[in-house]
Amino acid sequence: MRAYKRCGCTALLLEPGTVHALPALPETLLGQGRVATAVGVDVPDKMKTRIPVVLLACGSFNPITNMHLRLFEVARDHLHQTGMYQVVQGIISPVNDKYRKKDLAAAQHRVAMVRLALQTSDWIRVDPWESEQAQWMETVKVLRHHHSELLSSLSQTEGPDHSGSVSLERAAVPELKLLCGADVLKTFQTPNLWKDEHIQEIVEKFGVVCVGRVGHDAKGYISASPILQRYQHNIHLAREPVPNEISATYIRQALGQGRSVKYLLPDAVISYIKDHNLYTRDSSWKGESTQHNAGERKAPRAMPETSHSSKGEAR
Amino acid sequence: MPFVKTTREVSDQQPQIVNMENSEKTDVVLLACGSFNPVTNMHLRLFELAKDYLNGTGKYRVIKGIISPVGDAYKKKGLISAHHRVIMAELATKNSEWVEVDTWESLQKDWVETAEVLRYHQKKLEAGSCHQQDSPVREKPGRKRKWAEQSQQFNQKKSLEPNIKDVPQVKLLCGTDILESFGVPHLWKSEDITKIVGDYGLICVTRAGNDAQKFIYESDVLWKHQNNIHLVNEWITNDISSTKIRRALRRGQSIRYLVPELVREYIEKHNLYNSESEERNAGVSLAPLQRNIADAKL
Repeated sequence: MRAYKRCGCTALLLEPGTVHALPALPETLLGQGRVATAVGVDVPDKMKTRIPVVLLACGSFNPITNMHLRLFEVARDHLHQTGMYQVVQGIISPVNDKYRKKDLAAAQHRVAMVRLALQTSDWIRVDPWESEQAQWMETVKVLRHHHSELLSSLSQTEGPDHSGSVSLERAAVPELKLLCGADVLKTFQTPNLWKDEHIQEIVEKFGVVCVGRVGHDAKGYISASPILQRYQHNIHLAREPVPNEISATYIRQALGQGRSVKYLLPDAVISYIKDHNLYTRDSSWKGESTQHNAGERKAPRAMPETSHSSKGEAR
Repeated sequence: MPFVKTTREVSDQQPQIVNMENSEKTDVVLLACGSFNPVTNMHLRLFELAKDYLNGTGKYRVIKGIISPVGDAYKKKGLISAHHRVIMAELATKNSEWVEVDTWESLQKDWVETAEVLRYHQKKLEAGSCHQQDSPVREKPGRKRKWAEQSQQFNQKKSLEPNIKDVPQVKLLCGTDILESFGVPHLWKSEDITKIVGDYGLICVTRAGNDAQKFIYESDVLWKHQNNIHLVNEWITNDISSTKIRRALRRGQSIRYLVPELVREYIEKHNLYNSESEERNAGVSLAPLQRNIADAKL
């Protein structure tokens, strides 16, 4: 009797001697074959039957900061600790320029900065799809897009099995979850900011991993909303053990005033900002974003900017 | 609440900007003493915030930052070997143009009081520039030298050139925790506190400006030298304490983006922090407490 194991990343059954069931899964999905765990985490046998998860963070990332990056690390640790999940990938999706938020640097720059920030990460990647669309789109649509991408990439690589003797289990589709800070959860309450059916779809079909923030009561927000309460089993509240409230707003202000932002965001991102003259005092007053913002304001953009960029409809 | 002079106002807006020629500015070296067990992004931020603040007053020019990890003889619980702590600090400052690590303190056999470390570095700076000096009136280390007249002469000749006769001043860089630790019985000698704020100066980066101001108000020594105590506000709650880092490591939690990447890799490679390392010096009395209590008995 051949001893089959389960792949630690995808929870698929493996033939003995193989590492992954599917020969050429996109690198992005498996992080080059490495099991994404924090250092020193005890990986019990249960790990092999865990549900694979992909974390998606939407936001302005204007610019990306160490705090955004921490969200991923904290969320991953939290999910792993439950014993039920295996986080296989993280995706950062910078918002479209058409979001027209004040001082929003061009998407091409925001994407480039995220890419630089992720150079040292082996499991998080940036996806420019949202930023490349013709218009701004609601979070749920971004989730749907990435979910279908996950589905199609798995079905592509499902082909004839290797040995013919035992058919492999159908690839387990990773669960795509929205990663955000507690401040985003709060914005669900703001009238007209989110469509109710979207909130429902997000928490029902996908799920949310919400990282705590100082001054926010995530549990309270959930209790205050019938929809959130109903699906609270699908809302994971992760606690950030090391409070680190770096706001992109502060970063932009500091840069505008010529103050240092070193150690608040990766060095490579700081160099990029300097090389491309972003977030200088002048560029923040430049016409484009403010001019377009003048006058008509649509509901999704009515949210005043709060400090954390990784939000839902409020980005 | 007591008044606070504008130059020390806890504000991230620059107080009155004094328009001084470079040669009139006081060159400052920021010295941070501590365990750095391990060094974190927060430690590094202290330097950046302090530099921006002092440069922003228009009276100072920060020319260097020094991280001076404490020696093993400090005997703090959980303190790992100075060798590693020094290397991590060096990795952390690898990409810094102005902050560096000094190993003198960590190499001493016995624990060295902070005032002594300040004195050592001040002397070192003076020795470095003394061959450039004429025979000046030797003032006490740390005091601003009265180069006003000479400065003006230099100004006329080469107004943009810094006055090489000025010796930089060493100032102690710290967080509120140090300021408040002045109140812990036997932790500091009162004459040392006087030296630190009297002869050198303190730059305290604080989140809770009011608490720090209150602390200064309630201490006669600090109050007397308040002109030499600069409070810099840290708007971002950046509570990356080394204790929490060590705790996270013991629990297998990620410390990415809280410490420089090179430091994180080094810690991982050498498995520096675990339950064992946290028990080092357990039950042992902290060196300053031991020394000060013993001295008090004499």
